[in-house]
Amino acid sequence: MNSDALLGGFADTPVQSARAFRAALDALSRPGTIRVVEGATPPAPLSTAAGVLVLTLCDGTTPVHLAGAHDCPALRQWITFHTSAPLVDAAQATFAIGGWDALQPVARFASGTPDYPDRSATLIIEMPGLAAAGMRLSGPGIQSKARLSLPDVTAFKANRARFPLGFDCFLTAGSQLAGLPRASRVEDI
Amino acid sequence: MTDQAYNFAYLDEQTKRMIRRAILKGVAVPGYQVPFASREMPMPYGWGTGGVQVTAACLVPEDRLKVIDQGADDTTNAVSIRKFFQRTAGVAVTEATTAASIIQTRHRIPETPLHEGQILVYQVPIPEPLRFLEPRETETRKMHELEEYGLMHVKLYEDIARHGTIATSYAYPVKVEGRYVMDPSPIPKFDNPKLSDSPALQLFGAGREQRIYALPPYTQVVSLDFDDHPFDPSKAAHDCDLCGAAASYLDEVIIDDQGGRMFVCSDTDFCRGRREAGHVGALGVPLAEGGM
Ligand SMILES: [Zn+2]
Repeated sequence: MNSDALLGGFADTPVQSARAFRAALDALSRPGTIRVVEGATPPAPLSTAAGVLVLTLCDGTTPVHLAGAHDCPALRQWITFHTSAPLVDAAQATFAIGGWDALQPVARFASGTPDYPDRSATLIIEMPGLAAAGMRLSGPGIQSKARLSLPDVTAFKANRARFPLGFDCFLTAGSQLAGLPRASRVEDI
Repeated sequence: MTDQAYNFAYLDEQTKRMIRRAILKGVAVPGYQVPFASREMPMPYGWGTGGVQVTAACLVPEDRLKVIDQGADDTTNAVSIRKFFQRTAGVAVTEATTAASIIQTRHRIPETPLHEGQILVYQVPIPEPLRFLEPRETETRKMHELEEYGLMHVKLYEDIARHGTIATSYAYPVKVEGRYVMDPSPIPKFDNPKLSDSPALQLFGAGREQRIYALPPYTQVVSLDFDDHPFDPSKAAHDCDLCGAAASYLDEVIIDDQGGRMFVCSDTDFCRGRREAGHVGALGVPLAEGGM
């Protein structure tokens, strides 16, 4: 194992993961909100924010799928060392990490079952940037409307149409993160 | 100060991760009950171990925690949960609804409107609203899957046929975003309108039953009713005898052994705030004079 894999984790896991979770919870509860997180320095190409989410939410019980450029030895080793999460194919993943294009087709990710819709994947979509602009969001967590620079509209509309089935998303860029739960309605207007 | 014999907020990191993942899925599917592996807590089940675990998974050192039991900050239950988190998470505490970042509650929603960024954590004894109609978990899960909520309406309508009104006054069932029927925990139905469109995030934890569910901010929550019998949150036909509030939820308190009684706000912080602002009820005296 590359010794770099040992670095870049939380220095104080209980407190740093608590703060990171609160940011993630706020982001998913209020789609369109962009939060800044810190504390992880993962190997490229994983962003700080995606690294923070991995350290906070993943462990040996959560299979992880790395898509495209993210499926590289340095990142595989880093995730394995810090979380013990098994690295798996897309269909088995609890968490899937990669750029939007690399995650396609997103229909292959678990969307839960009609009696257990929680048994669904969470996508961590790595973005070149994030802004409260672009696609219009509505639904739970949003008072009237919100905007978020999503990479697509059709896929998220299709995901919403299957509610309560569906995947949930975090979008990450540098140290920023935003959330898009399956309940959100996305429009390109 | 944090007691270093415990991990931050008592629970181990593996457990907190599992609870946190369940909370996020609950947020993503509002009103749906997410199973989680409830842990033994150093308090009995009736003391809100589900709520305590949700609070533990959410707390950060910067939080200011309020704990209420039936609206009061000073019951044994509320005091011990507050002390538990002071000791294990080192968080600040408060009795002021407006000053709290997290409020753990048993059986009430504060009268004072909540604001964005706040989290309200409910202690839930029985999370399944269909349980009294159907004891089998496999069946209730199927009913939620198929949105088979007709039996619930039948039960409420039988109330109307028998009593002329819907008799359910606590844990009055609601429908979330037109999809899942949800038990709001045993809050009085008076509180039900506050569930809907709240600026705060609402999280529900059932320890014994091992379920977590959630209402994100600004989620639409409708109390079940009928066109000819619309939902009526109802309240006692009294004002608070201490602060004079006309629109708060009241507890009836026996004040002497001659059967004397008074009606007081169940929300003690709300009542005190009104009295400090100079409001005086029929049996109250101005707070500055040191009276009740
Ligand atoms: Zn009062």
